[in-house]
Amino acid sequence: MTAIAVTDLNKWYGTYHALRDVNLTVAEGERIVICGPSGSGKSTLIRCLNRLEEHQSGTISVSGVELNDDVKNLDAVRREVGMVFQHFNLFPHLTVLENCALPQILARKTSRAEAEERARHFLQRVRIPEQAAKFPGQLSGGQQQRVAIARALCMKPKIMLFDEPTSALDPEMIGEVLDTMIHLAEEGMTMIVVTHEMGFARRVADRVIFMAEGQVIEEAPPEQFFTAPANPRTQEFLRQIVH
Amino acid sequence: MEHIAARPAPAKPPAPILRILFGDAVSALITVGVIGLIVMMLPVLDWAVFDAVWQGDAEACRAGGACWAYIHDKARLILFGIYPPDQQWRPVVVIVLILAMVVASLSPRFWNAGLALLWGGAIAVMLVLMKGGVFGMVDVPTAKWGGLPVTLLLAVLSLGMGFPLAVLLALGRQSNLPVVKGISVCVIELVRGLPLIGLLFVAAILLPLLLPSDWTIDKLGRTVAALTIFAAAYLAEVLRGGLQGLGKGQAEAAQGLGISYWKMVWHIILPQAIQKVIPPLTNTAIVMVKNTSLVMIVGVFDMLGAGRAAAGDPAWPAPFTETYLFVAAVYFAICFGISVYARWLERGVKRKSYA
Repeated sequence: MTAIAVTDLNKWYGTYHALRDVNLTVAEGERIVICGPSGSGKSTLIRCLNRLEEHQSGTISVSGVELNDDVKNLDAVRREVGMVFQHFNLFPHLTVLENCALPQILARKTSRAEAEERARHFLQRVRIPEQAAKFPGQLSGGQQQRVAIARALCMKPKIMLFDEPTSALDPEMIGEVLDTMIHLAEEGMTMIVVTHEMGFARRVADRVIFMAEGQVIEEAPPEQFFTAPANPRTQEFLRQIVH
Repeated sequence: MEHIAARPAPAKPPAPILRILFGDAVSALITVGVIGLIVMMLPVLDWAVFDAVWQGDAEACRAGGACWAYIHDKARLILFGIYPPDQQWRPVVVIVLILAMVVASLSPRFWNAGLALLWGGAIAVMLVLMKGGVFGMVDVPTAKWGGLPVTLLLAVLSLGMGFPLAVLLALGRQSNLPVVKGISVCVIELVRGLPLIGLLFVAAILLPLLLPSDWTIDKLGRTVAALTIFAAAYLAEVLRGGLQGLGKGQAEAAQGLGISYWKMVWHIILPQAIQKVIPPLTNTAIVMVKNTSLVMIVGVFDMLGAGRAAAGDPAWPAPFTETYLFVAAVYFAICFGISVYARWLERGVKRKSYA
């Protein structure tokens, strides 16, 4: 089954051509890592997948539903897709538990009791159940990102998007977030991860996609991607990040 | 490497009071200046306290000291205006009701749709109480309303109705839809560009001339409308500051979770935006409470208007100063209350120690 199909996707910011004829197919259960230099369009691409950015041409379909101006389709897609941001974007005025419970109540009409129970369940899964009553500002960056993952999982998504989930973290906290993501991958979640954590890509990814200047330059299984990259730009990029 | 245990910081010795007051030339000069000013103002005490007339009639007040006996005599007139004296239990109940509702609304924990409904109901009860004409209460036309209840009703109504309007204007101003944005900007800029007195004149005098003659909207109602739109424009700009301070991430997270626009506004955006702008919101609220005194100009008898009318009584020796001091004291109590409350709210926000 195809989870995501992107064909000939183009996106402009004003006159800047940010995504250029991008094609991408992701099967259910597949784990994709997207990397590339900053400004290469990798964040823009995954932000298009739940329409945080609107594309101008090409098609995106998620679980068979096409993303267009139809609000019903958009709601359907956002029900399927969970997103984790670089800067966590937790709601600072709500407790950790409420961060996970309230979106279920607002967007899924879940009862409060059920929402809180599921929130506690997923906080347990990301191994911070004891922080439920605290506010996000009282947690470390790594803990906040794990809450953000739990919050997204509470919505029962079929696909998870990660937009540089460890880029804003102190080095000693990156491991705990990656561990959580590895767990999720092992459970069979369909994941698209924008990251520069090449260790994670090697271990988890089914395919690694390299982007530059809004285009997909190279697409390969991790083993081949890291040992025998075909494109000189990929070789150059790998030389720069693996010193 | 040897482990060094944490030690407490050394205590800072308190600065002696004399050094604070006279430590250097500038401090000494300021201290002497302030003491001098206080000494110069001492004669005011003679007037306000020692020579003051606390009890008695108009004759006793001719001596020259402050005539507090007059305030005692005219308190009802200042507080309730020309509302029929035998019916004055009604404005008293209204004031008590307003105070009770304010106390019930203090804690942010109770801020929900239910409380908004309760306020709507309470306001309706207050207006019925003031107006009468039903349940065996004598009908009192709004032209006879006056004093503190009018001041409080104007302040509560203009801020209470202005706030939701301000939320719409502030959101509209940020909208991507050109028409919505255009209308919001026009309303805000137009109202902010007009003096409140001008707006009140338009509402009180010009509007009845422009509208068809069978559209009779009560003068007090028109005044409330003018104050409301004025408060809304200023509150909208305050709120816009809070909305801009939020960053795109909050809205994106909510959208990504599939939360609909108005639920996002109500549960995610507004609570945070308001928390960020408590000090300027307080400022606007205090200014609006005092702005209600301008309605006197179009002939609505608020507390200041009632006070002026009371002081004009020829039987007493023109006790305007005493009247203004009394009215000022009531205004100060209200505004200082708002100020203290806002500081308490801010402490609550800080306790949550946000990142």
